[in-house]
Amino acid sequence: MARYVSFRDFDWLLLTFVFIICCLGVLEIRSATAHTKFAGAHIKQLYWIAGGIAVMFIVSLLNYHTLLDQIHWVYIAALGSLMIVLIFGQRYLGAKRWVKFPMGIHFQPSEWVKLILILAVAKYFVDLSQRDLTWSDFIKAGAIVLVPMLMVLRQPDLGTALTYLPIAVMGLFLGGVRWKQAAVVIILGGLMLPLAWHVLKPYQRDRLVSFMEPEADSQGTGYQVIQSKIAVGSGGIWGSQGGSQTHLSFLPIPQTDFIFAAFSEEHGFVGALGLLLLYFIVLMRLTQNAQTAPDRAGTFIVMGVVAVLSFHILVNVGMVVGFMPVTGIPLPLMSYGGSSVLFIFMALGLVMNVRMRRFVN
Amino acid sequence: MFGRDEKVSQGRLTGVQYIILGIFLLLTYGLWRLQVSQSDLYATLAEKNRIREVPILAPRGKILDREGRTIVDNYPSFSALLLRDSSRDIVADADMIADGLHLERKEVKDRIKRFAGTPQYQPIYLKDDITPDELAFIESHHNELPELDTVMAHRRLYPRNGFMAHLIGYVGEVSDEMLNRPAFELYNPGDVVGQSGIELEYNNILMGQNGSKQVVVNSKGKEVGQLDEKPAQAGKSLKLTVDIDLQIAAEQALADRNGAIVAMDPRTGEILAMASRPTFNPNDFAVRISRNEWNKLVNDDDHPLLNKAIQAQLAPGSTFKIIMATAGMQEGIAQGMKVNCNGGADFYGRYFKCWVVAEHRVHGITDISKAIYQSCDVFFYTLAEKLGIEKIAKYATAFGLGQKTGIDLPQEASGIMPSEEWKLRNYRQKWFAGETISVGIGQGAVAATPIQMMRAIGAIASGGRLVRPHLTNPTDLPPGIIPASTVPDETHIQIDPKNWEIITDAMANVVNPASPEAPMGGTAKLSHLQGIDFAGKTGSAQTISNALKAKLGAEGKANFKDNGWFVGVEPRRNPEIVVCTLLEEGEHGYLAARTAAQVIKAYVEKQRRQPSKLAKSDSKADIAAVWNTPSEGKSDGFQGGHFTVKLSEKKAALAAAAPGVN
Repeated sequence: MARYVSFRDFDWLLLTFVFIICCLGVLEIRSATAHTKFAGAHIKQLYWIAGGIAVMFIVSLLNYHTLLDQIHWVYIAALGSLMIVLIFGQRYLGAKRWVKFPMGIHFQPSEWVKLILILAVAKYFVDLSQRDLTWSDFIKAGAIVLVPMLMVLRQPDLGTALTYLPIAVMGLFLGGVRWKQAAVVIILGGLMLPLAWHVLKPYQRDRLVSFMEPEADSQGTGYQVIQSKIAVGSGGIWGSQGGSQTHLSFLPIPQTDFIFAAFSEEHGFVGALGLLLLYFIVLMRLTQNAQTAPDRAGTFIVMGVVAVLSFHILVNVGMVVGFMPVTGIPLPLMSYGGSSVLFIFMALGLVMNVRMRRFVN
Repeated sequence: MFGRDEKVSQGRLTGVQYIILGIFLLLTYGLWRLQVSQSDLYATLAEKNRIREVPILAPRGKILDREGRTIVDNYPSFSALLLRDSSRDIVADADMIADGLHLERKEVKDRIKRFAGTPQYQPIYLKDDITPDELAFIESHHNELPELDTVMAHRRLYPRNGFMAHLIGYVGEVSDEMLNRPAFELYNPGDVVGQSGIELEYNNILMGQNGSKQVVVNSKGKEVGQLDEKPAQAGKSLKLTVDIDLQIAAEQALADRNGAIVAMDPRTGEILAMASRPTFNPNDFAVRISRNEWNKLVNDDDHPLLNKAIQAQLAPGSTFKIIMATAGMQEGIAQGMKVNCNGGADFYGRYFKCWVVAEHRVHGITDISKAIYQSCDVFFYTLAEKLGIEKIAKYATAFGLGQKTGIDLPQEASGIMPSEEWKLRNYRQKWFAGETISVGIGQGAVAATPIQMMRAIGAIASGGRLVRPHLTNPTDLPPGIIPASTVPDETHIQIDPKNWEIITDAMANVVNPASPEAPMGGTAKLSHLQGIDFAGKTGSAQTISNALKAKLGAEGKANFKDNGWFVGVEPRRNPEIVVCTLLEEGEHGYLAARTAAQVIKAYVEKQRRQPSKLAKSDSKADIAAVWNTPSEGKSDGFQGGHFTVKLSEKKAALAAAAPGVN
């Protein structure tokens, strides 16, 4: 069987667009961090991308069917790693998100848990025989995602925890959720919202308040929201020469979560729209790969990746333009950071994995 | 193995694509909103973010004395401040910073903690007016401690030890209350303005115009570039009429006794010296005064912030008798008046003592001249009775009592000159004739400031020419600035030359020892200045009534000593200088006379030391002379000759600047 699997069947068109976005990301990181203490971050980002590409090829080689067969063990391991973070994790800025390994490597398990959830959800819906979802199926599918989600919330890392949600939603949607069920869940969720307010940490509440009313504390929690909007807005149609918001560091840590704001300031509406178009092409191409997947499992896996990436883009760009509260979700392929880059290339590896096997059966 | 191998609904996959398209359209709308429809607004906000207007502080003008010597100067002073760059753990550096700046380690950490809640772009001020070695520490540690920065400001350098402090005043940040006053409406909060004295009065000249520069700052407020600069215009120097040498004499004469000295040229009204005690150190105010120190100054019973020369309103005592004498003679009453002083007399059913009984003697038959140099109370009681309060008030008011002299200093006190009308207005009571008797010797309701007494007696010695005292000459001021005053520069009060001569001669006898024309000698004969035409009048004014003093006994005598006054002139007629001394609890006027004499002496000696035109022109002088020797008794004993005299240039040991300023 392996003879028929070839890297020639990689989606090179998709990867071209991915690399263009990565290059724009590296250039923007270089520009935004020049003359700051983060200078040189773009070089590190290049290393991460190179590593990510290698990981992508490795992931694409493992047959996704084999992965799905062993997914229950991997899922248990994922929960274990989250537990380890909760117990032994490094506390940084008030949250335990990382496990420290020797040689100064910090590992954030919550990122790769996303991948496992994509596979676990895919496996669950593939195994379902009937066309329509029962309430019991609904709850079981939800539980697969909710358990790790609650563990990540405990770290606390609301942003990452929220990125698990679209995996379940996408699974349920494609798995045949009935409109009535969706309506009931949305209404119940709406009723739970006031309760959720009490569960939120004070800083998370501040972020929500500053999202609703950024001017209330323009030097405190509202600062990022305001400065991000100023950065984007002052870019205008063609971009602002010099990009004072980014380069005079009014925009805090622009190379990570606010890289889209930095990009928009420098390249204006035209540049930002072009970048969004690139993302749109990537997502459409991924969806196309889902449609041409050899089996139901492949479709679910690719769509899981689509769900996570779309959600990241929606929340991150939404935050930058002031539609969404600050949640700390990076922009895929652009934002600086090893965990994020590695996750995306592993996810793309899964997609290639599926694509390479589309003619095998 | 994978359940049913049914494909996922194509419809739902297409649905997902539409949802993604919807998301992207929404995000595009968000970008459109910020970058196209409202881009101008955000561009403005970004400008405001990065461009900050930083004031360039204009140094205040110097204050100079009449000869251009520096009294108040500026010095560049640095403040150390901490920029809160998030890349540095400033708490970890706190110990090193504290050691370098000679601060307590705990103090620095506490300060960082205390300011933690303030916006990060605002620096924390650590220390004002740092020393050169602290400045060197900051500059040499730019790499290790990038968060440590300095800011330079010109600070006022005032003379040492409170020299001339009351006259100069001090500067401070403009208060909200001041900003509401029309005179300060053009100033901004944070401006440093004069708060008292000359600094306040001539603030507009001294202050100058702050400049500004537009700088590009980063989010930490650190300057990273500069766009435009409007340079500051330094304040203009202000030349005073004060003579540092006389000021030094006055300060030394007062030493640390409570009171005041003020000296003026009565020909022009130029104030030559003005000192008040106790004093304060305005340099304490130039940086930052602690609340404790301030409260100590404000609540001190001796009122160190009060300029007693213009603000102490006290009974002038016997110095008032000069005004009485002028009134009495001009009214034609005092000339022929002879009073027999037996140590006191009855007026309106009450016995009024003469001061002389304390010395177990009497004045006997006393005329106006003796009454002045011996300061006979009984004579002036009688004169007051004859004149009546209205005539006394008329003359005293004409000589400037009970009203501001119009000196160019803020918060001058006007004093009190009682009259029938004054009593009715303030007490709604009729004037009692008995009250006039006390007024006759400068007691009772009369209250005058030293500068008022100096001006009035200076005018009398000048033959009735009353001038407005001032500290600056209009010619020394920048054009267009004419000090506003409701008091005319000069007024003339009619004094007959004969009366003038009698009064001034008697004043000269006040400081003369016994002589055929003044057998008892003057009240201040101990202050006689050999070879100087010194004249004046002593005064010992009670601070409480004799009756009350008797009631308090020994303790009262110690706590309520009389105020010693003296107003002196040189020469006695058309004087060049008039000096008024007030020594609080100085017991007697002759002590005040000694103090005033020191200033007069310093003045005369300085005048005499001034090299003449001849001496200035050349070090050698040709002198032709004719003389005779009388001892030979010959009428034709005249001789003539021609000499070349070498004039050794005498270097005058005069001050180069106010103490502590050069």
